[in-house]
Amino acid sequence: MHAFIALVRKDLVLYFSNRRAMLVNIAAPIVIAAFFGALFDPGSSKRPLRIPVAVVNQDASEIARDVVGGMKKDGSFDIRELDEPEALALVRTGKVRAAVVLPKGFGDEAARALFRPGNKPAVTVYFDPSQAMTLAVVRGLLTQRVVEAVSAAASGSGGLRLEMPFETREQEVTSRADRKYNSYAHSFAGMGVQFILFMGIDLGVSLLLMRRLGLWKRLRAAPLSRSMLLTTLIVSGALIATLILLIIYTVAIAVFGVRIEGSVTGFVGVGIAFSILTASFGLLIAALGRTPEAARGLAIFATLILVMLGGAWVPTFVFPEWLQTVSLFVPTRWAVDGLDAMTWRGLGFDAALGPIAVMLGFSVLFGGLAIMRFDWEK
Amino acid sequence: MLQAIELRKSYGAREVVSGVSFSATPGEIVGLLGPNGAGKTTIVSMLCGLVAPDSGSVSIAGAPIGSDASPVKRKIGLVPQDLALYDELSAQRNLELFGALYGMSGVTLQTRCRQALELVGLTDRAKDKPKTFSGGMQRRLNMACALIHDPEILLLDEPTVGVDPQSRNAIFDNLETLKARGKTLVYTTHYMEEAERLCDRVVIIDHGKIVANDTLPGLYRLLPAVESLEIEVEGAVDTSMLAREPVVKSARQTNGRLTVGIEDLSHDAPIVLAWLEAHRHKVRSVASGHATLENVFLALTGRQLRD
Repeated sequence: MHAFIALVRKDLVLYFSNRRAMLVNIAAPIVIAAFFGALFDPGSSKRPLRIPVAVVNQDASEIARDVVGGMKKDGSFDIRELDEPEALALVRTGKVRAAVVLPKGFGDEAARALFRPGNKPAVTVYFDPSQAMTLAVVRGLLTQRVVEAVSAAASGSGGLRLEMPFETREQEVTSRADRKYNSYAHSFAGMGVQFILFMGIDLGVSLLLMRRLGLWKRLRAAPLSRSMLLTTLIVSGALIATLILLIIYTVAIAVFGVRIEGSVTGFVGVGIAFSILTASFGLLIAALGRTPEAARGLAIFATLILVMLGGAWVPTFVFPEWLQTVSLFVPTRWAVDGLDAMTWRGLGFDAALGPIAVMLGFSVLFGGLAIMRFDWEK
Repeated sequence: MLQAIELRKSYGAREVVSGVSFSATPGEIVGLLGPNGAGKTTIVSMLCGLVAPDSGSVSIAGAPIGSDASPVKRKIGLVPQDLALYDELSAQRNLELFGALYGMSGVTLQTRCRQALELVGLTDRAKDKPKTFSGGMQRRLNMACALIHDPEILLLDEPTVGVDPQSRNAIFDNLETLKARGKTLVYTTHYMEEAERLCDRVVIIDHGKIVANDTLPGLYRLLPAVESLEIEVEGAVDTSMLAREPVVKSARQTNGRLTVGIEDLSHDAPIVLAWLEAHRHKVRSVASGHATLENVFLALTGRQLRD
């Protein structure tokens, strides 16, 4: 037992005395998560985000003026009235997302086209291809305002004005009705997962370095079983990962208002399962790596792929369907989903069971592969 | 007593250790001497249970090394060729860690740490990290870490690589102290001078095989002559005629320099010089030499030790 405790304590002391590793594994995820959290925080601005759109009104009709006026009243848009070359230049430089051109004769032709099939006025919409999603939004706004203006004009003054036959009531679905979505919760989950896996790489590389330095020989020369040597590596790796996760979430809770809205037990379970996964990942790197340098390069690449597919950078729902299916076979997806479920989604312990089981399954797989491939005589 | 019997080890088709057998007794320093790549490190790895031999066995006082966790391994201390130290832990913490691996704790561990540091002369640097040490001090701490659990047998794998002469002498003094305490030491090296200075017995290894295993005088007896004369002489000497003289064990001439092998310098040298004078060869200079392990290795393998 003395040997077991001494080896684990040694790993902890060595890790926490390496300030550079600490900086990378603890400070970096906090800084990056804070950045991404602020970026995607819907409540970060008092004013709602308004999409800049240019309108070129080449028609002097009442309808065209009504359309432009209606668009200007919409709080979702920052409408600027410009001439066509000027509007096009702003789209090209990315200053506005789109430019809508109401052509000469638009009012008359639109009023006729509303009731009679035939020629419809062509409204040109220039848009920034890097902001293609804006096109659908602008098209929707334009449709609403044109139908309102044309129907009002067609029925005469004081007559019928077609309006949207419904209004939307938007409600965030979070853990509780009174609880706003905290975008930091997801970004801390994602960045925590990424940088703790980086620590797992350090763990594997340090074992390869121990081999190179002869330290592994010295450990192996002692009367210690192989299972004890590997278990101490898993335990110390998992402890370090748990401590890092704890520190990261302490900062997330204290500074960024992240809350464990779901099961605390589930959160602890997900954290421990992910820590064990990280340690077994490190062991696998040590078993497969030939040199510390080559192993580090390959492992960083593999980790970045894992965290990308796991939804640590962008949520998996933006992935194409096939990629979402693929991501189910990536352990980091379960880590991020598990942490999300226990924090801002506010789900119960039963929602943690799936991620815990999958991560422990991957841990067994990684650990088994590592033991199979480990060259004890190197 | 450490006993290795018919050790064999292959990596793929290449046999790196072929039927190596030798023993080492308490109070004895046995040198494993051979060029780089001769298989010395693999032999040491098998002796301490790091590498399982394909066949053959290692035993200590009759008990086989056995499994990884075998208590027999407590009797062995390994000084690896590389500096196997944790740079971020102090010398004391390194010793405590390696002591704990052998189940030591508390007062016993602290006492052993103090004794090990005293032996290698690092008591005043106990709290310093090895990365602040000189190369020689690091080597001494490397050895102290192998001694922390007071093993009966110490396996030293090229422990003086990259060490300055002063630190090397300090290490040799430490080893002689350990020998005097009755420890069994197995010392691998490719420096013949180290083997000549330290070892009671030398096992010469080449291509994974033992080519000789004897005391130094015993090894020198394998040579045609223990002493030699290097004579700068005028004219071509009839070396075959010279070799027929009873005191001459060998004679050859290269670029005017005559090398004559003899047994007893004080008795035989005047006879050789008189023979040269009698055959009208003018002697310009004379130097004498003593046989070395280098000569033994050359005689046994046909190669230089440092080839």
